[in-house]
Amino acid sequence: MTIEGHTSTASRTDEAIHSRAPAELAVRLDGVTKHFGGDAGRRVAAATGAAAGEAVVAVDGIDLEIRDGEFFSMLGPSGSGKTTTLRMIAGFERPTTGRILLHGQDVTTVPPFERDVNTVFQDYALFPHMTVEDNVAYGLMVRKVPKAERAMRVRDALAMVRLDGYERRRPGHLSGGQRQRVALARALVNRPRVLLLDEPLGALDLKLREEMQIELKAIQQEVGITFIYVTHDQQEALTMSDRLAVFNRGRIEQVGTPADVYERPATRFVAGFVGTSNLLTGDTVRTVLGTGGTFTVRPEKIRLADPGFSHGPDEASATGTIREVVYLGPDTRYIVALDAGGELVVTQQNLETSSMEALSAKGRLVRLVWKRQHNLPVGEG
Amino acid sequence: MTSTDARPTGNSMRRLAGWLDRHARVRLAMLLAAPMGWLVVAYLGSLTLLFLNAFWSRDPFTGQVVREFTPNNFVEILTNPLYRTVTLRTVAMAVAVTLTCAVIAFPIAYYMARVASSRTKGLLAVAVVMPLWASYLVKAYTWRLILSNDGVLNWLLSPLGLRGPGLGDNVIGLWLVFTYLWLPYMILPLYAGLERIPGSLLEASADLGGRGLTTFRRVIFPLVVPALVAGSIFTFSLTLGDYIAPSLVTTTQFIGNLIFLNFGVPDLPFAAALSIVPLVIVVVYLLVARRMGAFQAL
Repeated sequence: MTIEGHTSTASRTDEAIHSRAPAELAVRLDGVTKHFGGDAGRRVAAATGAAAGEAVVAVDGIDLEIRDGEFFSMLGPSGSGKTTTLRMIAGFERPTTGRILLHGQDVTTVPPFERDVNTVFQDYALFPHMTVEDNVAYGLMVRKVPKAERAMRVRDALAMVRLDGYERRRPGHLSGGQRQRVALARALVNRPRVLLLDEPLGALDLKLREEMQIELKAIQQEVGITFIYVTHDQQEALTMSDRLAVFNRGRIEQVGTPADVYERPATRFVAGFVGTSNLLTGDTVRTVLGTGGTFTVRPEKIRLADPGFSHGPDEASATGTIREVVYLGPDTRYIVALDAGGELVVTQQNLETSSMEALSAKGRLVRLVWKRQHNLPVGEG
Repeated sequence: MTSTDARPTGNSMRRLAGWLDRHARVRLAMLLAAPMGWLVVAYLGSLTLLFLNAFWSRDPFTGQVVREFTPNNFVEILTNPLYRTVTLRTVAMAVAVTLTCAVIAFPIAYYMARVASSRTKGLLAVAVVMPLWASYLVKAYTWRLILSNDGVLNWLLSPLGLRGPGLGDNVIGLWLVFTYLWLPYMILPLYAGLERIPGSLLEASADLGGRGLTTFRRVIFPLVVPALVAGSIFTFSLTLGDYIAPSLVTTTQFIGNLIFLNFGVPDLPFAAALSIVPLVIVVVYLLVARRMGAFQAL
């Protein structure tokens, strides 16, 4: 169902958040940096390919405001600092400099067990020696919630993630998707004001991941808690978030709604990471568009035409040769080498094209045509 | 293909390898023939002999072993209060040594597994294993020197007006020696067990509101119990069977001494029967340990 359904709910929530005035802040980061030295630094360096030896800068001066009740994603490649930022919000890492505020309160030096946030870990981190029920009840048990209330809340939490009847199982006897739900219930049962999710769907297969995306979003809207969601999957970030931040090399490149980030990428990196990097630069821009600067054109906005096709006044076009054809099922991706230099990727829905026809297009001369309004100027960076 | 034709030996080796590949049982038999042979002949064989001997007796006049079945040795062991006292004392010592080792080993293992940098971790691992390279006898004798009347311990304690346990008829000195000797056997499994706990579990506990002590009690300890039991198998059974350390540092009797004494008399059937006692205790201990998951932790 519901890719469309999703986007519409997302934008509706977005408006709701914008109109709520004044929006209370759930999380604020003030000039937060994080350096790793010693063993941790070596591990980070190895993971990110940075030079070992010196302290590694994992997070490099981040300012960020996350509003109460929003679904906020932190998107970026591995080693971009998004997980470290999440871990600083959770309290597992102490920032080297800067401040972290939760609902206006400075928690920079507050240990994790005293913060009103809960985390869903990437590996779920379920306690293997406890039943599902005991796992979910852990936070309540530690906080000395009375037994009767504890049992009721655990039951509700398990019902919310559709795991009623699994109370007595051990995590070892659950599937990946079920473990994921237990981890979610274990965090939500504490009714935190902010829920942190560290690539929670990363270990699931595609089908299950898409189901869980929809379910997570629904749960977030039901409980109304701020979700901070770390992912490297741009499609996931775009479908689920009210707003997202794109991380690169310990910095934030852009913060905005999915539409903002996709349609108006602030930097070259964002253009490439969120969607396919279809960059027009230097001489190519001058030849094709007649101006300077750097632009990106989303592959689905471009259509293929005969070389002789003459385009309308509000359109741009360029000739080139199809260098590669990738058949994707519903779409075909064409990689076109432009006569003016550079390459553009074009995706076309396979409305009437068969795979044979699509694949036989390789080597053909074509004219690419797109509306000028889809030329998105991209900042350097 | 041509190259194999040119080398017939290579070809026949290849045929043999292919045949073996299809006959998994033959491969297994070849792999295990030597160790199984050793185990059955040398190990189970001597154990069987021990067991048979335990039901024979010694002719008090000729000193010859009488090869006729009699339960008399076991009746003697079970009825004579001396053996009951010594058995209980030995088990108590094994338990005390095990508990002490566990208490001392845990912080060291925890530091190695979860806190130390990889460099310190390596150094500590070497430091823990190093005493195992030295001869057991040398270490036991060294402790004699430490504990003796004019030894290092008393020299250190004398300014405080204290005296060490000495080498007489008390068991404190032996307890110290055993704890020292078997400590590495407790540290290593504990270290492995602690290292196997994913860091995210500890973070999850803290995230859910658990302070250090709660996390230890509810998460770390239950998960490390199998490793603890695995380590205790070593400390317990090694203490139970040892006869050299008791004979060197104390005049008090333990099962090991008694067995050794009966070798000297010599009443081999009785020594064999006495040997069955620690054997049975250890078997029971192992059964309990298995129930607690210790063998998955090894």
